[in-house]
Amino acid sequence: MIELNPFVIFFAAIFTNNMILSNFLGMCSFIAVSKEIKTAFSLGQAVTFVLTFTTVLNYFIYYKILVPYNLEYLRFIIFIISIAAFVQLVEMIIDRYFPSLYYALGIFLPLITVNCAVLGVSLFMIIREYTFIQSLSFGIGSGLGWTLAIVAMAGIRQKIKNNNIPKGLEGPGITLIITGIMALAFIGFSGIVQIQ
Amino acid sequence: MVNIKETLSKGFFRDNPIFVQILGICSALAVTNLMMNSLIMGIGLMFVTAFSEMTVSLIRDRTPKHIRMMIQTFIISFYVILLDIYLKAYMPAMSKALGPYVGLIITNCIIMGRCEAFAQNNTPGESFIDGMAYGGGYAMVLLMIAFIRELLGFGTLFGLRVMPESFVNWTLMVMPPAAFFILAVIIWIAKGIIAKQDEKEGVKTA
Repeated sequence: MIELNPFVIFFAAIFTNNMILSNFLGMCSFIAVSKEIKTAFSLGQAVTFVLTFTTVLNYFIYYKILVPYNLEYLRFIIFIISIAAFVQLVEMIIDRYFPSLYYALGIFLPLITVNCAVLGVSLFMIIREYTFIQSLSFGIGSGLGWTLAIVAMAGIRQKIKNNNIPKGLEGPGITLIITGIMALAFIGFSGIVQIQ
Repeated sequence: MVNIKETLSKGFFRDNPIFVQILGICSALAVTNLMMNSLIMGIGLMFVTAFSEMTVSLIRDRTPKHIRMMIQTFIISFYVILLDIYLKAYMPAMSKALGPYVGLIITNCIIMGRCEAFAQNNTPGESFIDGMAYGGGYAMVLLMIAFIRELLGFGTLFGLRVMPESFVNWTLMVMPPAAFFILAVIIWIAKGIIAKQDEKEGVKTA
C-alpha cells in the first residue's frame, strides 16, 4: 500500500472515486429521495455527518477490539450494529437538544442505517488498509461526494419534472440514465487523482 | 399452499427485485463488468436470501414483534459471514474482485424486504422457494447486464474470447456509466413488456 496524502484521498473520494458515480453505493436512497433540492441537501448533510463519525467509530472498533482478538470475520455484523446504534443515539441527542435540526433531518436518520454507502465506506477503509487520518478524510470526502451527486441529481430532476418522458422510462429509468451521464462527466476528473 | 410456479414467475419477472421494485441495485451495478463475478454474486445472493428467509420463517412464532428487524439483520449477517469465509477460503481471487460488495449484501434491500413481506407469514419450505425465486431473478438480471458489458467491453464471455481479433474493445462498457445506461434500458424494456401483458389481460377479463 502506497502512503497516500489524506488530502489526495479527500479529493479523490469527492470527484474521481465518488461513492455513487463510480462505486454505485447508496443508490436506493439516491433514486428515492432526489426529487427536491432541499430534501436532497438535508439527506446529504445527514449522510456526511453519520459517515464521518461511523468511519472513525468503526476504525477504532476494528483495530482496537476485533483485530487483537482475531475476530475480523465478525466485522460485518459489528459494523451494522455500531452504525445502527450510532444513528439511534444521534437521533435521540438531536431530538432533545436541537429540535429544529431534528425536523430537518429527523425522517432521514433511520434511512441512513440501511444506506449502503455508510457500510461501504467502512468496508473500503478496512480493505484499503487506511491509517486513522486517511480514514477520516476518506469518510468526510465520501459524504461530501455523495451530497454533491444527490443535490446535482435533484436539481436536474426538478428541471425535467414536467417534460414528456417515454413510457416505461419515467421515474427510476430516467434517473439512471441521468446518473450515467453524470458519471460520464465525472470520468473527466479521473486524470487529477486516483486511488486504487 | 403457495403455487410454486407462480412464485417463480413472480420472482423472475413480474415482481423482479431489480427492474420492477428497483431494490438492491448498488451491488447489481458494481459487479457486472465480468460474467464470472456476476454469476458468483448471483449465486451468493440466492444462497443468502433463501436460507435467511427459511430461518426467519422457522423462528417467526418465537420472535417478539418489536425486535424482529434486529433479528432479521443478525440472521442475514450470519449467512453473509458464511459466504464471505467460504469465498475467502476457496476462491481468494474472486473474493478480492468482489471486495466490499459481499459484505454489502447485508444492506441489500431485497433480502430484508422478502423476510419482512413473505417469510413472516409463510412456512419455511415456501419461504425457501420464494428466496430462491427472488435471488434467481436478481442473478438473471445481473447476468444480462454482465453479458452486454463483458462482450462489448472485453470481447469475452466468462473469460473466453468470442469476438474476432479485429474487434476493438469498447472500453466505456466496463466503466461505471455504461452500467447505469444498460440497467436503465433493461428497466425500460421490462416495463414495456409488463405494460403490454397487462393490456392483453385487461382485454381478456373485460
